[in-house]
Amino acid sequence: MRPHSFLYAKPSEWGGFVLRFVASWWYMIHLGAIALVMAFSPSTYNRENRLATSRHIYNSAWQVLPWFTLLAALVSLVLIRIVVVTALSYGLSRYALEMVVRVLVLELIPLTAAMFVALRAGLAFNAGDARAVFIAANVESEKSAAAQNRLRRELVPQVIANAFAVLSLAMVSSVIVLVLAYISVYGSSPWGVLEYTRTVGRVFNPAVTIGFVAKTIFFGLAVAVIPTAAILEQHRVGRTSSSTVQPGAMRLLFVLLVIEAGSLAVKYI
Amino acid sequence: MTENEAEAPAEPIAHVEIKAVILLILMAALVATFLIYVMYARGVFENTQRLILVSEDSEGVIPGMDVTFSGFPIGRVQRVELAPDGKARILVDINRKDAKWLRISSVFTMEKSMVGETRIRAYSGILSDPPIEEDAMRTVLRGDTAAEIPKLVASARTLLENLDNMTRSDSSFNNSLANIEAVTGRFSGKYGMLGGALGSETEARKVMQTLERVDNLLIKADQRVFGKQGVMDDAQVAVRQLNVVLKDASASLKKVDAVLVEAQKVAGNANEATKDLGALRSEVDASLRKVTRLIDEINRKWPFTRETELKLP
Repeated sequence: MRPHSFLYAKPSEWGGFVLRFVASWWYMIHLGAIALVMAFSPSTYNRENRLATSRHIYNSAWQVLPWFTLLAALVSLVLIRIVVVTALSYGLSRYALEMVVRVLVLELIPLTAAMFVALRAGLAFNAGDARAVFIAANVESEKSAAAQNRLRRELVPQVIANAFAVLSLAMVSSVIVLVLAYISVYGSSPWGVLEYTRTVGRVFNPAVTIGFVAKTIFFGLAVAVIPTAAILEQHRVGRTSSSTVQPGAMRLLFVLLVIEAGSLAVKYI
Repeated sequence: MTENEAEAPAEPIAHVEIKAVILLILMAALVATFLIYVMYARGVFENTQRLILVSEDSEGVIPGMDVTFSGFPIGRVQRVELAPDGKARILVDINRKDAKWLRISSVFTMEKSMVGETRIRAYSGILSDPPIEEDAMRTVLRGDTAAEIPKLVASARTLLENLDNMTRSDSSFNNSLANIEAVTGRFSGKYGMLGGALGSETEARKVMQTLERVDNLLIKADQRVFGKQGVMDDAQVAVRQLNVVLKDASASLKKVDAVLVEAQKVAGNANEATKDLGALRSEVDASLRKVTRLIDEINRKWPFTRETELKLP
């Protein structure tokens, strides 16, 4: 029996581990690239695929949007109150808004949305394991027209829907948080709008705005591709994990953290 | 598990495609609105005029920061660049609708506070001056709180030490205050300021008694001097008499003067007489000599003359 962990392997098996590790990452990137190319190909969107995409979007975005927004708004409201009250007690209230916008809108909300969608999408994909096995059986000959069609029908809608879900959850929650932050500081008075707008303008300089959008898109792609690729790969190599952790979860977490750290580094270093 | 089972949708969802399209459109609209809002917040749609601020140091100045007038943002920093002369050029975009607050006499300051970002402020003292021109270049005055702190602390320490010295229980300031209190206490006493100035009530009382005596003395003197048959009356009579005496003296002096003139004349005559007396004397001398010679002649010729000469044999 092959050891599953690098730590328990003999030195003579290290080469095989490294190769498998690289092959696994390559498979994931390759699958992501195929999905992306298909997503941008107009021929993907025939009647049947449109319906499938719509169904996935409905499942991953429409259904969870109200609940997620409500939950995010509640948690954000608590955080905003904490930040604003603390800043007020130190006499730094004019910096509170900027901090709320930077911490919540730019960092926490997109990350939370990505985690939420990843968790949900991974579970949904595990539940539909049968289809995944079926696709996996055909991945070996993915250049054939039939395999491509199956990928188009099963994988691409899922990837698009997950990416879109991350983007929509993050955007809606961000806008809600912006409104909540305004209300927390200025109440219902409309006379703070100009000053608030200037604060938002100061935070969202071009680099930060592009970084925010890019980060959200990358989160969406990572969430869409990594768990799917991990499950497919598991079936492809015929290996079953003894771990109860969702396949690809660690890798997804790692990639999300790398994206987040990269975004922070670009913005603040 | 067959292919058909796997591909069959789990359950039909009503209007799923329309819902997805609505969501897509809503998201696209949301993203577009958000981007437009951010662009508006960044001042992309504002009609602006350029102002160039020149500073020794651009530390803390970042593109996008506000330039305020009376606390209201009227423009934002667009770019910061290094001029050929080594100074920092801060290019500011001022809103055209707010540019009226800036005049040619406006002053710009850059303040760096301990907490928070650097702030650029505009001050317009004379709002009746002509408005600031397009692409105006102004020097910005720097106020660095952090740089002033060590100086301030040093001054404050000296000040506090002095204050400490002053407020110690045995300090001269405290003693002075105690003295002042004692003096003011005396001020409020029976003899008021006099008691305060002289140190005690006894002294003040003595002074008061002396003053009373002086007052009595003065009254008496007044009576004696200016009263009826006082010194002044006698003095007046004496003065009148003196006047008469003086007039008499003046007349006497005139007479003396005349006598002196006469005496002068007499003296002149005496002088002349003295000169005549000399001549007379010489004449008398000559006559006497003649008489002597005559007597001698008579004696020689007179028989009864005596032989006075001794003739030796």
